[in-house]
Amino acid sequence: MAATIAEKIFSMKCGRPVRAGDVVMAPVDAAMIHDITGPLAVRVFREMGGERVFDPERIIMLFDHQVPADSIPAAENHVFMRRFAEEQGIHNYDLLEGVCHQVVMEKGRAAPGEIIVGTDSHTCTYGAAGAFATGIGSTDMGFVLKFGALYFRVPESILIEVEGAFGRRVGAKDLILSLAGDIGADGATYMALEFTGRAIGEMNMAGRMTCANMAIEMGAKAGIVRPDAATWEYVAARREIEPFDLAGDADAAYRERRKYDVTGLSPQVAVPHNVDNVVDVDKVAGTKVDQVFIGSCTNGRYEDLADAAEVLGSADRFAPGVRVIVIPASRTEYLKALRAGLIERFVEAGALVEAPCCGPCMGGAFGLLAPGEVSLSTSNRNFRGRQGSAQASVYLSSPATAAASALYGEITDPREV
Amino acid sequence: MRVWKFGDDVNTDAIIPGRFLTIYDPAELAKHAFEGTRDEFAREAREGDVVLGGTNFGCGSSREHAPLALLGAGVRVVIAKSFARIFYRNAVNTGLLPLVSAEADSIRDGDAVTVNLAGGYIEANGRKLAVEPVPGFLKEIVDAGGLVAYAKNLDEVETCSTT
Repeated sequence: MAATIAEKIFSMKCGRPVRAGDVVMAPVDAAMIHDITGPLAVRVFREMGGERVFDPERIIMLFDHQVPADSIPAAENHVFMRRFAEEQGIHNYDLLEGVCHQVVMEKGRAAPGEIIVGTDSHTCTYGAAGAFATGIGSTDMGFVLKFGALYFRVPESILIEVEGAFGRRVGAKDLILSLAGDIGADGATYMALEFTGRAIGEMNMAGRMTCANMAIEMGAKAGIVRPDAATWEYVAARREIEPFDLAGDADAAYRERRKYDVTGLSPQVAVPHNVDNVVDVDKVAGTKVDQVFIGSCTNGRYEDLADAAEVLGSADRFAPGVRVIVIPASRTEYLKALRAGLIERFVEAGALVEAPCCGPCMGGAFGLLAPGEVSLSTSNRNFRGRQGSAQASVYLSSPATAAASALYGEITDPREV
Repeated sequence: MRVWKFGDDVNTDAIIPGRFLTIYDPAELAKHAFEGTRDEFAREAREGDVVLGGTNFGCGSSREHAPLALLGAGVRVVIAKSFARIFYRNAVNTGLLPLVSAEADSIRDGDAVTVNLAGGYIEANGRKLAVEPVPGFLKEIVDAGGLVAYAKNLDEVETCSTT
């Protein structure tokens, strides 16, 4: 029977055909917990009478939201989680490796056909590896820690076919922002987005992660990129795995099929205070910015930093009065950028380069905005108050647009730099 | 039992900002609920008050601190035209009842409402508004009083691969 990728993944797990709308108690292949939502999951696990986790090797623990600890309660959370990891025999990446979603991907903990849950809404990032990955709350995670399974309603899918070729200094982030604008903040609620088409096929893994990452910004439960040679190469470089075919069938019952063409797509900007409030960059060009953040699970990879550095070019300095914060998404990405000389360029130009972590994106650690301030951020949310004061404004863009804007102190089309 | 009415796309950063996520106690979280976006909520919300939203209530972060902050403020019921998926599930799991009502718009801020679950309606301004029932598999969790109570007496679960 014809099926979507999401239906195929759940069917493989259950050993029988399941369809969108079915409710199944499905085993999970991996479960990710971090420093913010993990402590609550552990407490719930205990309240549920949990003594030993279902399988320590399937649990991924790390700290990224408040690292190094920015307060005594944050430090206490880290200690609490370390003790739990030790007691249960869970490998803890601690605060050494970087932002959870980047780390899960680069350590090869996500693969095509897997079901992965994480106590973070951007867990959908692992759809870039062909996994069904979704964010859950801490109580659901307590249940997963105990039983290794969770109730899922198999979602319907929207097929997103993306054709064409990106223009200069336009890429994955511009595509996914334009999709958010088109589909809307709740246009895919309870559904899976299935990405395919030439522009996706030609996109590197970094770009695919950017796209899958923001599926949640349309309300989606998962965002899955149809696995191809690039997917298998990425995953096989990180773990032993035999490639198999995992594609949505042409005659599968997609809820909707949407076609896009990125040829001629302009750089996109999400303007305050919703992610689906998206415009071409020229509509907001000239808006003064106080802070530019280049990083996050959305856009903190080497490729993103390289895009920003390419726009920076040989310019001496970022604009005076603009705080430029650059945060590589992981230790691995940091080293790549360092060895390629990118970090040196950013520091020379006046950026603050911070150790891998979520940084200003979560609005709880550092890089907070004062009332009236404006931030341009390569992260995924521009909600009112997201990066500090509720009277501040957050715009979202690609790393190239962020770098161009940092050079001029105002939102700037990177194609005009 | 007053209604606190909010608009569409109420996100979990608005319900409880990121800087308070090291707090886990519902009563403490409640002191910061809607801080910066509707400060009087934390001061004035009373036991039994109802939060009302438009579409996509609870979008954004998976933080369970959001339903906990509302519970800590005494809110037991959230009514909206639609909910974001993770919030909906978190609410059910923690014992906060999310009710979907297509007619949520007709309720005004400050109105008194009563919820009649058995009857499948809420009553505001003397009008009965239909609410959608919680889907079957989640109803068991609601009836148990949340996922912790539901899971406490289970030693293992049967998964779809074994049944």
